[in-house]
Amino acid sequence: MNGFPGKGLLDGLLVTAKNFVGSYFDGHRKERLFTWQYPEERMKLPERSRTFPFLVYDGSPENLRCTACKICEAECPPQCIYIVMDRDAHGKPLHRPKVFTIDTSVCMQCGICAEVCPFDSIKMDCDFERSRPGRFGELLAHLSDLLKSNEYYHQIKPAEAARVDATRRPIKRPPAAAAPPGKK
Amino acid sequence: MPDGVALTLSVLLPIGIVLGVFLTIFALLTWAERKALGRIQNRLGPNRVGPFGLFQPIADALKLLTKEDIVPQAADKVVHFLAPVVTVAPAFLILAVVPVAKGFVPVDLNIGVLFALAVSTASVLALFMAGWASHNKFSLLGAMRAVAQVVSYEVPMVLAAVVVLMAAGTLSSVGIVEAQRGFGGWFICKPWGLVGFVIFQLCAMAEVARTPFDLPEAESEIVAGYHTEYSGFKFALFQMGEYVAALTMGGITVTMFLGGYLGPGSDLPKIGWLVSACWFFAKLGIIIIINIWARGTWPRVRVDQLLGFAWKMLLPLSLVNIVAMALWHFAPNKIAGWLVSAALLVAAIFGLVKINAGKAFEKRSYRFIS
Repeated sequence: MNGFPGKGLLDGLLVTAKNFVGSYFDGHRKERLFTWQYPEERMKLPERSRTFPFLVYDGSPENLRCTACKICEAECPPQCIYIVMDRDAHGKPLHRPKVFTIDTSVCMQCGICAEVCPFDSIKMDCDFERSRPGRFGELLAHLSDLLKSNEYYHQIKPAEAARVDATRRPIKRPPAAAAPPGKK
Repeated sequence: MPDGVALTLSVLLPIGIVLGVFLTIFALLTWAERKALGRIQNRLGPNRVGPFGLFQPIADALKLLTKEDIVPQAADKVVHFLAPVVTVAPAFLILAVVPVAKGFVPVDLNIGVLFALAVSTASVLALFMAGWASHNKFSLLGAMRAVAQVVSYEVPMVLAAVVVLMAAGTLSSVGIVEAQRGFGGWFICKPWGLVGFVIFQLCAMAEVARTPFDLPEAESEIVAGYHTEYSGFKFALFQMGEYVAALTMGGITVTMFLGGYLGPGSDLPKIGWLVSACWFFAKLGIIIIINIWARGTWPRVRVDQLLGFAWKMLLPLSLVNIVAMALWHFAPNKIAGWLVSAALLVAAIFGLVKINAGKAFEKRSYRFIS
């Protein structure tokens, strides 16, 4: 037996008293009080975190990287991606998507689409606030919802975006590609 | 004013004041307890409703009031309904004999302490009613635990109170407070009073089933114990009964050991009642802090530890405490009384701990690991 009877109980009380008093003086989220007060405070998510794919564009949405090669559509395990190539009046492919939809309710956030994309176009987002008011149409992400700028990509994943920018080659498209991409 | 009206008012007014004050304290207590527990566990605690989350009790009450009242099909409907009511009643009944301020006690019974101890035990009846009527195994287990616990802890509790009665020579709660006048007159300042206070406080915590003695509603073992099958406002009544019982038992502890409403300034001619009320509630606050602190620190004990602690440790210690009080009383002078009773109690505590200490596990040796 160490000390007097009940010493263990008093030691325990001392520990909790230290926590109680310390929580007022040790400062917010330094030594104690680790909780992020979510709606007011947001934690910066780690670069490798992923929630849902998005399509990167350079400068303006017309200048998107996607060429509608459909590799991601083919590789997607739950087959949640649907792509239709945009064509000009003569039926010549314009190497950009006319339709690009991803079904949120089917996507399992594996990131395989981002890994297989040869044009560094489809990438995984960190945005986790993806709740929608409906079950059907609202959960289907269209091309306009998926397009996000390269600056946004740099913002959420700086190191990865810099690596991509250093190695990426510009996309060659037929001259008719100046027209705005069709939506839906 | 006719005599009848005056009489009715004189009866109803103290009841109203005491009920109002204690219900307000109850509401604030639930908030303070959650805040303090949060800080102890490095959280912020409730902070969404109102400034610092102060309106949380109101939000909780509204939520519980609007919830559906579910009664199990196989339940004994009448007893199931009565149990929460019976829980709250004794908690408030104890208030009748607690002297809150100088000259302010709802009823100055000449058997006040006996009444308080008897009524506080009655709460176990409600717990068993709830457990039995729910027709649920978890409820019944919780109720059985509650009965075993309260019956066991009642014994050392009464014996711890006996020393106070021996010292004061009266069972009246006001009489006990008045017997603690003078510098160092509070019973907690004497060796037998200190030991009695600790025993009484531990037993009071066990009696109202607060952590570390919350076995009747141990959520990690038996869902919610006796109130598993209660929802809505009946559940709120159980919570209220428990908290108010903790408050009122604290009031009894203050009255018996901490000098009740006595303190510097409590005898002033005009404002004495206010100063004495402040003293009473300050002391009650200390008891509440002890309760919350213990709840935030100590883990729940096992059933065998619970009963063993009551019968093997507290009961013999309270008996020795009575002997110590007698030696104190018959000692030729004060110093001799102090020395003899303190020595006896210290020896008893160390002896009991030594006798009760379980066999320490030997250090294991493994054949292939050096």
